[in-house]
Amino acid sequence: MLRVAVVRFPGSNCDWDTYHAVANAGADARFVWHRDTDLQQAEVVILPGGFSYGDYLRSGAIARFSPVMQAVQEHAAAGGAVLGICNGFQILCEAHLLPGALVRNDRLTFVSRPVWVRVERTDTFCTGEYARGTEMRIPVAHGDGCYVADEDTVRLLEAEGRVVLRYTRGENPNGSVADIAGVCNPAGTVVGFMPHPERYADPVTGSDVGAGFFRSIAAWLPGGAARSSA
Amino acid sequence: MTYRVHIRVVPRAGLLDPQGQAVEHALAALGFDGAGDVRIGRAIELAIDAKSPDAAEASARQMCEKLLANPVTEDYSLVVEA
Repeated sequence: MLRVAVVRFPGSNCDWDTYHAVANAGADARFVWHRDTDLQQAEVVILPGGFSYGDYLRSGAIARFSPVMQAVQEHAAAGGAVLGICNGFQILCEAHLLPGALVRNDRLTFVSRPVWVRVERTDTFCTGEYARGTEMRIPVAHGDGCYVADEDTVRLLEAEGRVVLRYTRGENPNGSVADIAGVCNPAGTVVGFMPHPERYADPVTGSDVGAGFFRSIAAWLPGGAARSSA
Repeated sequence: MTYRVHIRVVPRAGLLDPQGQAVEHALAALGFDGAGDVRIGRAIELAIDAKSPDAAEASARQMCEKLLANPVTEDYSLVVEA
């Protein structure tokens, strides 16, 4: 059974939802505390949403220096899979595991509602179950979700097909450049996005369209090609 | 010797600064027509034990590069006070 570490920082608040979604998808979910330096041989590491360290200084800036992040850096450098959701995405950008940064929403308000997104890349460890171009409504909940990067970086991301999720149907909720909701590293092994699929991963929450991200992870073959239904 | 360091971090020029824009509109609403190009950042003050002002500045610059400013979105400037 694929082992998935869900990292908890002080201020993480989507840790249980993420754990639940991972376990429901049939993977072996484990919590890892931010002071731990051992990822318990997990094949996939998830940095869940929340407000690590109160978003002091900048969202994700302090969490980046947690002891566990050294292990996450080494895991990623060895080709291990890492997914950052919302605050986790902010942490991955601050840690330079993903390019760009997430700044204050363009309309300055905290946005908490389901928005339409399109799956643009399906050969990653967490999107394999979806067909390319799949559109779905997934909740976002963030104040600092405006993705920014310099022009050359955005051009590179587009050219290399590294935009994993994109806001669609005119629903860009935060002013992100090119409607980018999530990106990945060149190998597709490190992925970050702002929407919260773990909140729509169980019918009890009103929708389970996001469960595919976690089923993709559970079905992923480390070291091999990701399974794709596309 | 202890040096006092004053650090200013502001959004990079050209980057959208929605807080600055909101404040600019508020200033205009108050009748300050001449005010424009408002940028909102943060000020950080700290004390550094170092052998010289240059060493204190070098240390503070490293702090800015690694943590206090995000090189993707922010510029910083600093002043070392003896």
